[in-house]
Amino acid sequence: MSGPSDYQPSNPALQWIERRLPIFGLIHSSFVAYPTPRNLNYWWTFGAILSFMLGMQILTGVILAMHYTPNADLAFKSVELIVRDVNYGWLLRNMHAVGASMFFVAVYVHMFRGLYYGSYKEPREVLWILGVIIYLLMMATGFMGYVLPWGQMSFWGATVITNLFSAVPYVGESIVTLLWGGYSVGNPTLNRFFSLHYLLPFVIAGVVVLHVWALHVAGQNNPDGVEPKTEKDTVPFTPHATIKDMFGVACFLLLYAWFIFYMPNYLGDADNYIPANPGVTPPHIVPEWYYLPFYAILRSIPDKLAGVIAMFGAIIILCFLPWLDSAKTRSSKYRPLAKQFFWIFVAVCILLGYLGAQPPEGIYVIAGRVLTFCYFAYFLIVLPLLARIEKPRPVPNSISDAVLAKTGSRSTPMVSTAIVLALAGSLFAGSIDSAKASEGSDTPPGNKWSFSGPFGTFDRGALQRGLKVYKEVCSSCHGLSYIAFRNLAEAGGPGYSVAQASAFASEYKVKDGPNDAGDMFERPGRPADYFPSPFPNEQAARAANGGAAPPDLSLITKARSYKRGFPWFIFDVFTQYQEQGPDYVTALLQGYEEKVPEGVTIPEGSYFNRYFPGHAIKMPKPLSDGQVTYDDGSPATVAQYAKDVTTFLMWTAEPHMEARKRLGFQVFVFLIVFAGLMYFTKKKVWAASH
Amino acid sequence: MNPDASTIAAGAPIEVDLSPIAEGQDIKVFWRGKPIYISHRTKKQIEEARAVNVASLPDPQSDEARVKSGHDQWLVVIGICTHLGCIPIAHEGSYDGFFCPCHGSVYDTSGRIRQGPAPSNLAVPPYQFVSDTKIQIG
Ligand code: FES
Repeated sequence: MSGPSDYQPSNPALQWIERRLPIFGLIHSSFVAYPTPRNLNYWWTFGAILSFMLGMQILTGVILAMHYTPNADLAFKSVELIVRDVNYGWLLRNMHAVGASMFFVAVYVHMFRGLYYGSYKEPREVLWILGVIIYLLMMATGFMGYVLPWGQMSFWGATVITNLFSAVPYVGESIVTLLWGGYSVGNPTLNRFFSLHYLLPFVIAGVVVLHVWALHVAGQNNPDGVEPKTEKDTVPFTPHATIKDMFGVACFLLLYAWFIFYMPNYLGDADNYIPANPGVTPPHIVPEWYYLPFYAILRSIPDKLAGVIAMFGAIIILCFLPWLDSAKTRSSKYRPLAKQFFWIFVAVCILLGYLGAQPPEGIYVIAGRVLTFCYFAYFLIVLPLLARIEKPRPVPNSISDAVLAKTGSRSTPMVSTAIVLALAGSLFAGSIDSAKASEGSDTPPGNKWSFSGPFGTFDRGALQRGLKVYKEVCSSCHGLSYIAFRNLAEAGGPGYSVAQASAFASEYKVKDGPNDAGDMFERPGRPADYFPSPFPNEQAARAANGGAAPPDLSLITKARSYKRGFPWFIFDVFTQYQEQGPDYVTALLQGYEEKVPEGVTIPEGSYFNRYFPGHAIKMPKPLSDGQVTYDDGSPATVAQYAKDVTTFLMWTAEPHMEARKRLGFQVFVFLIVFAGLMYFTKKKVWAASH
Repeated sequence: MNPDASTIAAGAPIEVDLSPIAEGQDIKVFWRGKPIYISHRTKKQIEEARAVNVASLPDPQSDEARVKSGHDQWLVVIGICTHLGCIPIAHEGSYDGFFCPCHGSVYDTSGRIRQGPAPSNLAVPPYQFVSDTKIQIG
């Protein structure tokens, strides 16, 4: 894409094409011979990583769309069926959902890199603005994608975000009706979001082409911010940049795979495993993590319209960055002050993100306001001012000079690091206290689970005992509607044979029909049937249980969670702690107490439970010692029942968990070897250039 | 992309029987996919709503203007927070009215905004009394 090329393919067939459509010349000049600055560091591989992620999202997305049903009544179920029944559906879904987050991780790194090295400055303004447009499109796509599973967070996230437009004076309400295609978020909304979610990635791909084109016209920026002058300053794109990018992608894949295979739900919200319910707002609505800084800005402004303007302004302001920062020196490497402020700005963004996830009260609101001010001050005050008062260090004459001088100068320890740490520390210290005070329930104690950790497998005995507990106790009120009898005989499950599963199924009566006479009839269950629900519909369940419908248990261990709080949620990434749901469920089953503690009032018809949010639960104590007889000699105690049934429910929530962890290990072995090979190849290729 | 004909047709007026709602209780019905709170207010709640100085409210409106005269005990409001559209919880918050869990808006016994980021009072849907114990919404 950098002008006409003199490349001529040697193969006559390719020559024939080349004369009519010079596509090989275009590829050659853009991705093979293209001169790239020789001092690029690894932060520059994120461009390739992003292209890779875009391809990945489109590929997995197209396949997922073949199995997904965009209908308000069926969407939630169809996503669950993808995960349970489609071949490698769980993998596709995890790749796509985690992929969205990883895409944003990469784009944020890419943007901060541009910010640090001044990649938006003359002559790359258009390149930068195209990037901001891609970012906006990504946000829209990500938001609409999050709506598609039609869980509680999907629904209420959609409600809150679309309502942002109602802040527009005069026409706001009609814009919102137009977005919804109805009087509230509903089926028409889901349909159009699906359509747009399918369309926008291709629009992104189009803008990416423009972005790359503009990049190849202006040339890449580089860590020293001086334009290449001679041949000596550059290396050809292939093999140098290609191999380095491959190594970068391989390392990024390791991170990606960590989440896909070991913590697929870490970046999501437990509430999204509850089907959308227009009648109940979840107590705490949070958008996906990548919107959190902007959500925090929105909430810290007490006026609705001003809040919305500030939120969008926070993104749009990036478009004006090339003119707000008029300093001649590009790279912050040579701008001592700008470098400090850059890191402070990074910290401000991260802290805003943290605040966006916290309830809007007390210290959080004040901190949010201060940080919002800091965010805008960076662009509107600090950068314009620095351009005037800062005295940059001298930049090297050329890139090759910079490469030669590199051995000498090591950057001095940064004051800003200390500032950032102090800031973060104080804020978190404050937040932990208030978080503790506001919790309405006790934190469930941790347990040892057979299925935790990278090599976890289900304890077959526990699964079989848990099934018994479910059948004899829970099933009188709770459904298990995503589990079919055939699942009991599948690999990674309770380990029954097909014959045992059929026998188990035939003990149930299943409604079928209509028959030839047009009547519904009952017949014994078959392996393909699903566990029948105890109530015909939600209203009946509600009426029979004092107003609180017993939830379906298929997904309960994924749909329940409790707040881990700082710093645990960071450690969890490394320890792969994913068992909040099971911990909560077992704790709840054992958390009943006869004596209501002082100061807690429990309404009529409710029971006191230590771990239930708000303590007043409608379900009476379900388990008591000796209630279910075990044939294998395990103790018939409440603690054992609770543990077994929770293990069973973890399996119902994710029948393919063992396959996921097993494949994860293989993928990791492969990726580590691959990344190693790439690294040594890269060293070899670059040996002459360093 | 505006609502299609069937969506509009499904949004036709509905009738609600008020007789089963005891004093101090409230029900939630859905109209056009929106939750509508119908509350049977107690004497105390009505007095609270009328005692405030209207001019001091963020969105000044008297309680009389928000209910039908002669049926002062009935408050009918759209249960959608005017901030960003969550459903406020009835009988919560420091004004004995509604409390929105999303960003903490508090409404009083007349559904008027008293605290928090919401800009205006809970909207009153179009409705009239068909008889003393029955209303038509829409
Ligand atoms: S939606 Fe109710 S306070 Fe924001």
